[in-house]
Amino acid sequence: MTTKLGGPARRALPATEPSRHQKDESRQPKSGTSLTAQFVKILLLGLVTAFAVWAAFPLIAEEHWFGLALLVATTAAILYIYLTPRHIPAKYLVPGTLFLVVFQLFPVLYTASTAFTNFGDGHRGSKQDAIVAIQTSSVTRVPGSAEYALSIATQGDPATGPIVFLITDPATKAVSIGDAEGLTPAGAVTVTSSGKVTAAEGYTVLNAGQASARSKEITEFTVPTQGGAIRSAGLSRAYEGKAGRAYDAVTDSIRDMTSGKSWVADESVGAFVAADGERLAQGWKVNVGFDNFTRALTDDTISGPFLRTLIWNFAFALGSTGFTFVLGLFIALALHSSRVRGRNLYRILLVLPYAMPSFAMLLVWRDMFNTDFGLINNLFGTDVDWFGGAASARLAVILVQLWLGYPYMFLVSTGALQAIPGELLDATKVDGAGVWQSFTNVTLPLLMIPLTPLLISSFAFNFNNFNAIWLTTEGAPFPADNTTNGATDLLITYTYRLAFGGSGAQYGFAAAISIFIFLIVATISTISFRRTRQLEEVYS
Amino acid sequence: MRIRTAGVIAVCAVALVGTAACGSNDSKDKASDTPSAAAASGELVIWADDKRSEALKPFAEKFGAENGVTVKVQAISKDQQTTFLTASQQGSGPDVMVGAHDWIGNLVQNGAIDPVQLSDEQKNGIAANAIKAITFNGQTYGVPYATENLGLIRNTELAPEAPATVEALVASGKKLKAEKKVSEILCLQVGQNGDAYHSYPFYSSAGGYLFGTNAAGDYDAKDLGVGKPESVEAFKKLGALGEKGDGALKRSITPENSIATFTGKKCAYLVSGPWAVTDVKKANLKYDISPVPGFEGGKEATPFLGVQTFYVAAKGKNKALAQEFVTNYVTTPELAVALYNAEPRPPALTAAFDQVKGADADLQKWADAGKNAVPLPAIPEMAAIWDPFGKAEAAVIGGADAEKTVTAAGKTISGSIK
Repeated sequence: MTTKLGGPARRALPATEPSRHQKDESRQPKSGTSLTAQFVKILLLGLVTAFAVWAAFPLIAEEHWFGLALLVATTAAILYIYLTPRHIPAKYLVPGTLFLVVFQLFPVLYTASTAFTNFGDGHRGSKQDAIVAIQTSSVTRVPGSAEYALSIATQGDPATGPIVFLITDPATKAVSIGDAEGLTPAGAVTVTSSGKVTAAEGYTVLNAGQASARSKEITEFTVPTQGGAIRSAGLSRAYEGKAGRAYDAVTDSIRDMTSGKSWVADESVGAFVAADGERLAQGWKVNVGFDNFTRALTDDTISGPFLRTLIWNFAFALGSTGFTFVLGLFIALALHSSRVRGRNLYRILLVLPYAMPSFAMLLVWRDMFNTDFGLINNLFGTDVDWFGGAASARLAVILVQLWLGYPYMFLVSTGALQAIPGELLDATKVDGAGVWQSFTNVTLPLLMIPLTPLLISSFAFNFNNFNAIWLTTEGAPFPADNTTNGATDLLITYTYRLAFGGSGAQYGFAAAISIFIFLIVATISTISFRRTRQLEEVYS
Repeated sequence: MRIRTAGVIAVCAVALVGTAACGSNDSKDKASDTPSAAAASGELVIWADDKRSEALKPFAEKFGAENGVTVKVQAISKDQQTTFLTASQQGSGPDVMVGAHDWIGNLVQNGAIDPVQLSDEQKNGIAANAIKAITFNGQTYGVPYATENLGLIRNTELAPEAPATVEALVASGKKLKAEKKVSEILCLQVGQNGDAYHSYPFYSSAGGYLFGTNAAGDYDAKDLGVGKPESVEAFKKLGALGEKGDGALKRSITPENSIATFTGKKCAYLVSGPWAVTDVKKANLKYDISPVPGFEGGKEATPFLGVQTFYVAAKGKNKALAQEFVTNYVTTPELAVALYNAEPRPPALTAAFDQVKGADADLQKWADAGKNAVPLPAIPEMAAIWDPFGKAEAAVIGGADAEKTVTAAGKTISGSIK
């Protein structure tokens, strides 16, 4: 009825009206979303461009033309991909790929390239940096020279005019003007009681703000004198100093003015070396080829304990993963039974260790294992020197790992158990299988399919679990005759000590060893994952 | 379609060129703008640890206001030295860095700090051993503001007399232990991996040394004392105090529990520095501070002297202002007093020390305890000492053979000094 009544009324309307209306209706929501989408797109691309522009400044300032080219190319590619209607798959793949490159590929490549250099303390910067550092630190005060009051002035614009020093001699109160040529007596000046010039005829005296803006020029500015040169010590004092060492570009060496000794640049080690073998402390970063790798392999103190550490490292990773898995699975099975009351409460209590920050917990456990003051010895009335003996220290760190790790295994096992259909277990019962038989033949194999990858990743994680060792034992106990390799040292803690313990930071060497560790972990993981696939083929 | 794509590329290219051009224009503008824009406001960036940065802030502001510049104080709470090195390498470091003087060697070899030229007058106003500590290769790097050294803090209710020798200390501690008044003879942190800093007074008293000195009085990295017969003898004495001997030195006393054990009245003697006093006061203990005693018939026990220092960063953007701040402002007593109030360590400035010593009786005692203190070696080679030395100490205290252990430690150390 209503349609019939409504029909003519509608028909009475102008024909164009509904059609336009319809059109609008169909278009409006669409254009609405596309407007938002358009807006988001513009915003994001704007952000990308803004980021690129922001990142370009330091690159330009540092004259990293390759980096700049890379930045421009990447930004251009992103803009191109999202501004054309084509390349739909690329639109989805680009963000992930970029993040992969930035957060995965780049660090790996950077580590690999560092492994071939001597980057570390004493060899951090460029040769130019080293030369500057050597020259600056060799400037000494001329003995007995005066301590001048200093004002910094310029002729012309405070920001760009040539800098001159207005220097007041403390003894005579005579004011001189010092420029690159030397000292000349000044004209009319106003001097404070402390000897600082506040105004000088023909010059603009810079205030601290103006002067600090030209900091670099001021620190590099010297006024030549007979005994050396007048340099600034801050903005209000000047002294007469002499550079003790200078770089000679022709012979590529550093020469000491007083002793006449010279140190020639040795590009193979990145340092200035004298004829008698003495090296200047300030070196620079150079490529050393495979030196870091061969050092790790040939140095007895490093390669000697390597095998022992590797075996313990395997034992630790296997132990931490294996025991936590067994315990976690056991508890999960126990709480899986519907006959247990208050299961949720138990579950919450059991997951507690997982909720604690392991960083803090490791430190707490370390103190609990203290021989005299620790909770464990006090509680059990024992007197075990936990971290003093190799076996007890190893047991202790595994126990800590067990406590920290089983809740995770419990959680994943519970999840996996719930995915196993109950009928399957009922069927085994019907077939007459016992509890153990049905567990080993049905439940466990089915559990292993989702859990094996997790176990492998847990193994790989524990293999490099730096915190677990460093925060508890630091690798202790150490044999009396070897202070670099302790009984609980993992490869990673051992590496850390080798690279950063001995003579400061040695990033190049550390990178080389981490490549070795990476190769070991990668090999293990590859083999394990291959075996997992076989497992899946058998059981699925 | 093809035309459209080409158009998009063209637009992109134009846009990119535009932004790039803008970018370079901007940077040029910026470069020429900065001086005049900053004419009214230069900027000085200071890095310090959490406690000190708080104390520095009012003074930084005052310095800024006096000079018409802005001063930023940033707190670096962890790994200050490494953070500073990495940051200055990348050009994002501060202009002024506050830190311990034993960083100097490493900072210099990495070209991270500049020497500071102090006038004779300024030098005379600072404790002589503090000036000695910051002098490296004949140059003064930075301006010291506070010193710290180990002393013997004792609970005067349990031990009214300051022991004159290690033997007297051990005897008194043993007696207290036998009377069940304490559970430990001495609280000196050792830990599982040893602590070279805290054991050094005993080591030096027993005749051991770390590095010899050359004619100029600088440490000579080629003359390594660890592994020499003197050091073996010294370690034997440490071993005799250890777990298999008197039981005065124990690995179970760690950096974490040594002060707490003392404040918990479980031991009558604590070897520690001024930083421990805050906790001791909080525990309402009656205490006194005396020099760390030496062995009977041995040399004087010399603790290490640490000097807190203001450094001028070599790669700072505002070195002239940094030099001004460090040489002409840090050397004023007001700042040193404020920093003392933030953390009670004896000021290195004599004027500041005199100003606060009336209110704090401990200061003079710390200064007396540090009278023989030797500046911590600042040479980069010192980095090679800490770990092997500490571990050898822990092993010997645990009962290992001193000769074998120390010889091995000496070998490890000389191996890592190139």
